[in-house]
Amino acid sequence: MLTVENISKTFHPGTINEKKALQDLSLTLEIGDFVTVIGGNGAGKSTLMNSIAGVFPVDQGRIVIDGNDITKQPEHKRAKYIGRVFQDPMLGTAAGMMIEENLAIAARRGKSPTFAWGLRNEEREQFRILLQELDLGLENRLTDRVGLLSGGQRQALTLLMATINQPQLLLLDEHTAALDPKTADKVLSLTQTIVTRHHLTTLMITHNMRDALRFGNRLIMLHNGKVLLDFDRFEKEKLTIPDLLAMFEKASGSELDNDRMLLG
Amino acid sequence: MIDLIMPTLSQGLLWALMALGVYLTYRVLDIADLTVEGSFPLGAAVAAAILVEGGSPFVAVLIAAIAGALAGVVTGVLHTKLKIPALLAGILTMIALYSVNLRVMGKANLSLLRVDTIFSLIRDYGFTNVQAILIVGVVSTLFFGFLMYWFFGTEIGAAIRATGFNQQMIRAQGIDTDVTIILGLLLSNALVAVSGALIGQSSGFADVGMGTGTIVIGLASVIIGEVLFGTKSFKNCLVSVVLGSVVYRFVIAIVLQLGMPPNDLKLFTSVLVVLALSMPLFKARFRSRKVAK
Repeated sequence: MLTVENISKTFHPGTINEKKALQDLSLTLEIGDFVTVIGGNGAGKSTLMNSIAGVFPVDQGRIVIDGNDITKQPEHKRAKYIGRVFQDPMLGTAAGMMIEENLAIAARRGKSPTFAWGLRNEEREQFRILLQELDLGLENRLTDRVGLLSGGQRQALTLLMATINQPQLLLLDEHTAALDPKTADKVLSLTQTIVTRHHLTTLMITHNMRDALRFGNRLIMLHNGKVLLDFDRFEKEKLTIPDLLAMFEKASGSELDNDRMLLG
Repeated sequence: MIDLIMPTLSQGLLWALMALGVYLTYRVLDIADLTVEGSFPLGAAVAAAILVEGGSPFVAVLIAAIAGALAGVVTGVLHTKLKIPALLAGILTMIALYSVNLRVMGKANLSLLRVDTIFSLIRDYGFTNVQAILIVGVVSTLFFGFLMYWFFGTEIGAAIRATGFNQQMIRAQGIDTDVTIILGLLLSNALVAVSGALIGQSSGFADVGMGTGTIVIGLASVIIGEVLFGTKSFKNCLVSVVLGSVVYRFVIAIVLQLGMPPNDLKLFTSVLVVLALSMPLFKARFRSRKVAK
């Protein structure tokens, strides 16, 4: 479904701030894979995500989704294949527009906009049903501006928007990091439900090792812009946090520097 | 004082088209677009040049709209493709338009006193000048108001509105934000140019300097409208901006009537906008002081 072939990305090349964020990284996801991604600060997690989404071009390598080489495509063209949820709950929605308007835009993801009315009546009913399933009381607030919602509600809405017309690839970039633990849990279980229901191929970055072990059918750990460890479903099931830490130290020859990650 | 009401109302409606254009960039796209300082006189100049040659007033307004649209596209391309900050891109186009406007008119000022205008055509049906201006103001405001309401309800319009709120989000939904920004600037400056074309005709001349302060007048109208008449929905916003433009004209008419020298008008308008823009800050201060007590 997703093939990432030998991609590299260096920020600020040739300056004192040069940062080799991705180094010859390769990764293949099968249809329906739900891969959790962990790694310390600067491991390249977000750079990998943004490279796939097309936020910036990669220096070398190839990115293929469902047989389509998207390496050279701009961000908005790739949106046809990719649904995204960002770390910052403010980034995934248009705060000044109504809930139903945001959903209507998301329902048209990847299609060229036309002069057709931007929101049809039968869509409203469909949105109401989808919002009801979130169980956040949003089904009666279709015409509320999104700016009135809490961070957790906005993130749940963004998740719904990212998956409303079943993307070939779902990218979740630490999408619960900014939420309080209880809300984060709710959004995560919602993620699980939606991903399972539509068999979405998913790449989820998390800073929380417990979540990385709890969700998905594969776990990869990035280090210095490369895939350091890669566990399939069966290996992952037996894995514990201490195992993971020990293996990380052995494979990388260093201690994990991210305190935030250990807390999970 | 009563004599002032009709002319002021009708002028306010003609200026409302300009205010709607400024609303489109300043509020919808979240860009302070100074192109309007050039596209307003551009509209007047293009229309005047056509009318002086004996062209039809309707064709003159249409061509003025196209000219304004092109000016908007120039600013949009400077900003999106050449990555020039929006404010500077607008200033560059505005300055360039000064020369363009001089070329269009051939001189700094074109008189329209002895040529057919959209208003003289209506006067021919037995209306007074003030009535003619009011008719054009009402019809054009309704026409463009409904057009905007329809357009921003379409998929393309919704994408432009979302661009103003959150470019990252709308790109992730597959929309090319370069295109939506250029489209927004195009529509805004087309509206401003139409307003310029109509105001030029109503005042009987086009002048290369008539654009000075356009942005400030537009902002004053937008802010006055929002404060007095609300921002509950997009429809509400459009109505507020139109009414804001009318109220602004009344404020100006009243202070002039009270004896303020016309030369101080722009100073007055600037101070008005500064006060309106800083209002939220003062409100917050006032509130926190009350809480402290």
